[in-house]
Formats: sequence, C-alpha cells, structure tokens
Amino acid sequence: MASISQNPRADGLPDFRNLGVIARILVAVNMLAFAAALAAYPDLAAAVQAYVRSAALVEPVLIASLAALWLAAPWLAPLPYAAGGVAVLALVALLAAGAHAMLGELAGASLGRTLAFALASAALILAWLRLRERAFSPALAEARLAALQARIRPHFLFNSLNAVLGLMRREPRRAEQVIEDLAELFRALLTDGRSFVRLGDEIALLERYAAIEQLRLGERLRLTWELDAAPVDALLPPLVLQPLLENAVYHGVEPAAGQGEVRVRIERRGERVRAVIENTLAPAPEGAGHPHRHGSGMALENVRERLALFYDAEARLETASADGRYRVEIDIPYRSGAS
Amino acid sequence: MSEPLRVFIADDEAPARERLKALLGDIAAEVPTALAGESANGIETLERLPAAAAHVLLLDIQMPGMSGLEVARHAAGLERPPAVIFVTAHDRHAVEAFELAALDYLLKPVRAQRLAAALKKAAATGPVEPQRLARAAGTAREYFSVTARNRITLVPVREVLYLRAEHKYVTLRTRAGEHLIEESLVHLEREFAGRFVRIHRNCLVARAAIRGFERAAGEADGEPRWEVLLEGVPERLPVSRRQWHAVREAIAEARRG
Repeated sequence: MASISQNPRADGLPDFRNLGVIARILVAVNMLAFAAALAAYPDLAAAVQAYVRSAALVEPVLIASLAALWLAAPWLAPLPYAAGGVAVLALVALLAAGAHAMLGELAGASLGRTLAFALASAALILAWLRLRERAFSPALAEARLAALQARIRPHFLFNSLNAVLGLMRREPRRAEQVIEDLAELFRALLTDGRSFVRLGDEIALLERYAAIEQLRLGERLRLTWELDAAPVDALLPPLVLQPLLENAVYHGVEPAAGQGEVRVRIERRGERVRAVIENTLAPAPEGAGHPHRHGSGMALENVRERLALFYDAEARLETASADGRYRVEIDIPYRSGAS
Repeated sequence: MSEPLRVFIADDEAPARERLKALLGDIAAEVPTALAGESANGIETLERLPAAAAHVLLLDIQMPGMSGLEVARHAAGLERPPAVIFVTAHDRHAVEAFELAALDYLLKPVRAQRLAAALKKAAATGPVEPQRLARAAGTAREYFSVTARNRITLVPVREVLYLRAEHKYVTLRTRAGEHLIEESLVHLEREFAGRFVRIHRNCLVARAAIRGFERAAGEADGEPRWEVLLEGVPERLPVSRRQWHAVREAIAEARRG
C-alpha cells in the first residue's frame, strides 16, 4: 500500500516519478549551474555566457538522469536510504561521464570538473529533498489532526443521534441500520488517514453517509449518483469525497426552504480520475442573519491540503458557482489498487 | 390536576419531531401536555402558531427560511405569546447568546428529565420579553411582523422603502402599501443601521430606495429645503436641516462603495 508521503516508506529516497520532485530537481540543478558560473566569473555577462555554454552539457545529463531515475524508481524505492543514495550518485556519475565523452568538446569542461559538478549537485539535492521531507513530517501529523477535527461536524453527529432516537420506537429496524451506518462512518473517520483506500470503498462510505442525511431530511434532499464510469479499483486518499458531500448537504440543502439537489459524478478519463459534486444553492439570507452557516471554507481547505500532501502538484481541486449551483471538482492521477 | 400544557413543536427534521412527541408521552405523568401543533420551518411556524393557542413553543434554531431566533421575536408580538424553549444540536454561537440573555434551551438529543424541567419552568415564568430575544439574536431581523386579529403578517425588510413615526405607531411603506407596527424608531434605527438612514426626526429611509434629492420651494431659516425622491413611489420626503449633511454623506459613500 502506498502512503501519504511522497515516499513509499517513511525514510526512503524521494519518489522520482512525482512531478513535484522532478520540477524541484530541474530548478535546483539549473540554479547550481548558474551559481557555479557566477563563482567562476565575477562579471555578470561573462557568467551568463558561461552558464549558457555549460548548459550544453548540464541539460543532457540532467534530462538523462531524470529519465533514468524515473525508470529505475521501482528498483530504487525498496533500498535502504544509504544504498539508494549511492546508487543514485553512481547512476548520475555514469551518465555524466558518458555525456562528457560525447559532448565534452562543446562545453569545454574537463572530465574531472564535470564529474565533480554532477556528483556535488546530486548529493546536495538529495540532502535538500531529505531535509524538506523531514521538515514536512510533523506538518503531516498536524494536518491529519486538523483534518479529523474538521471532518466530524458536531452538528451532523448530534442531529444524527437525535434522528436515531426519534426513529427507535416506531421503526426499530431502520434505527438499527442508521446506527450501523454511523458506526461505519466513524470507523472511517477515526482510522489512520495515511493509507490510500479503494474508490469502491469510498463510494460505499458516501452512500452510508447519504442514507443518514436522507433519513434526517427526507424528501428535501434529492440525490443523484452518476457512478457508471467510476473506476472502483482506483486508489485515493481516504475521506476526500465525504466532506465535500457533507458540505453540499449542509450549505445547499439544509438551509433551503424547498427541495435541494445534490449530484455526485465520478469517472475515469484516461490516466486521471475526476469527481464532481454539485449542489443547488439555497437563496442567500439578507444581511448576516445566519452566522452559523459561515466558515464553509474549512472542509474544502482541509481536503485541498490533504490532496497536496498526497499528490504534491499532481492533484487539482476547483470550485465554481454559477446558475444557482455550486460545484466542486477533484482531479487526481489514476492508480489502480487491483493487485 | 390543572389542564394540560399545550405544546407546539417546530423542527425541520421529522425524526426530531417524533422524538419530542415520544418524550412528551414519557413525562405525561409528571407534566401533562397536549400537542398544540407542529411545523417544519420558520414561516410555517408563524402561520400556524396564532390559531394553536400554545402555552409553550419548542423551537429548533437551525431551520430553513427563518432562524428559530427570529421566529421567537415575531411570536412575541402575539396577543397571548407562548413561552419559548429553544432546541439546538450544536450551535455554540446561539448557546452563548442564550446564556447571556438567560433564555432556556435544550441540547439535542434531548433528555426526558431536562424536557420536563424546562416545561415546568416555562409554564411558571411564561413568555420572554421581546427585548431579551432581540439581545440574544444579535443580528437584525429579515422581516417585520404585523399582528392583527391574531394573525401574523410578515413584511420582508428589504421591501420596505421608509419608516415613519406617527404617534405611538411606525408606518412601514412598501411599493404595495402601508403597515403599522408598534415599535420605536430609535430601536429600529439601531437595529437596521446599515440599511436605513435617518432623514428627519420622524423618518428613516432605505438607502437603496433613494433615487435622488430635489430642492423644495421656499426656504427655512434662510437655508434651502431638500426632499428625497424614492424609487417606485411618488411621494417626496422632507429632509430636516439637521440631517441634511449626514444624509448626503451617507448616500455619497454608498454610491462610491
């Protein structure tokens, strides 16, 4: 199972297939090359020239290294950190030596200088990414905690319990079912949020949650599911969809005098999974008559933050509001959890 | 044994109303009650309440259309207003306000013993003064209410063009007509400070309804007299000399922002 960090393990190499990691390496190497040119030539114009000249050698080695690391990522990942680091350095040195043999004339650099720069850059960047990873770990724990607090909306909990009590005497079987649904929901809310879950399980959770809301709100809540194209085997972080559905009900249906509509659509598009949750907007009250309906951004920010922790730059969350409807869209890479 | 307490239940969730009815049954030996009526949102509550002759109103706070707090303020204008017990699942904001104003409230899920105690207390103390409800609400109402022949008519605040004090009443003017309410202009000015501006000792005008100003014929104490022109109605309202500068500034500011 994959986990929340960009590493498959708590203390391994960076994930060389992650867009964010790749982007950081690209920028860092170029900054180092420019810094090296600046150090060698105090005159700015000369330094820029030297940087451009060195690019003839630096860029091919950089691109080749990234490609090689991308390919080798599955073999590198299980290695202990020290062995993995040495493997990465060896790979980079090999590519640098090869590139120097072919393009060394162009850049006018000695083999020694080329190797030294390549190895120094690789080691520095590895160290930087590791430091960054460590710096962000406590943030992970904290974000998880904040997430937990935001997800259990007390309003929902107490109203649901009250609804069960209201049902208990007249329809004991249905009351039992609601308690089962609540238990399932809370089990998911209270489990470790670091592991990916299957989309199929997340959808089942959405349906449990929806059943409780349906009981409370009756025909005021009209729910439409469009799940035929949903890849149930896809992996995604736990509880990124439920808070969005809860938001839709809380802001779109509960304050509406009439009926409110919520639509959930999940589908796979090539190598991406897209989830759209849409709700009709309740007419906005004049003035500030409903202070308790504020603070909608919290659940949304929470989901956004967790998507960033799981996927770095590879996930998108967008919101839009038009024609009396509010819409949240999530777009994440498709990863199968079938195996 | 005295006659049973007539209880009206207002809550937008059907299972929550069921629960309260079941509890009333459970405590019948201790506090005999009769169901005076039920409703599923704020407006409906105010429609049904006058005919229900309820002694106590069990009132959910978070309801669509109109919050429970505003419902209570309008219900207070009835000839024989019910005592109000607020019910909430989780609303820290409201609970703090109730504590401050010493209003009675129950937390969901409601316990039979708490309900019995609250009903007994409500029956003993009776309705709450409107001022205390206004203080607990903290925000301006969205409706004015006119109570006549034991019927509550709601007039949306945004439809009111101006408010004019005459004797002990205030006249509400909308495009459709006029209503009389028994409130003080000073309190109204304070509650709706953002929406209405005072143009005269006896008159507040909705900022959004002002079309412009025109000089009236004649002078007062050597200074020109001004009148407010309104959107949608023909009458002109005189601006007092004392208010003229404040009015002009308030309007200019609104136009800029």
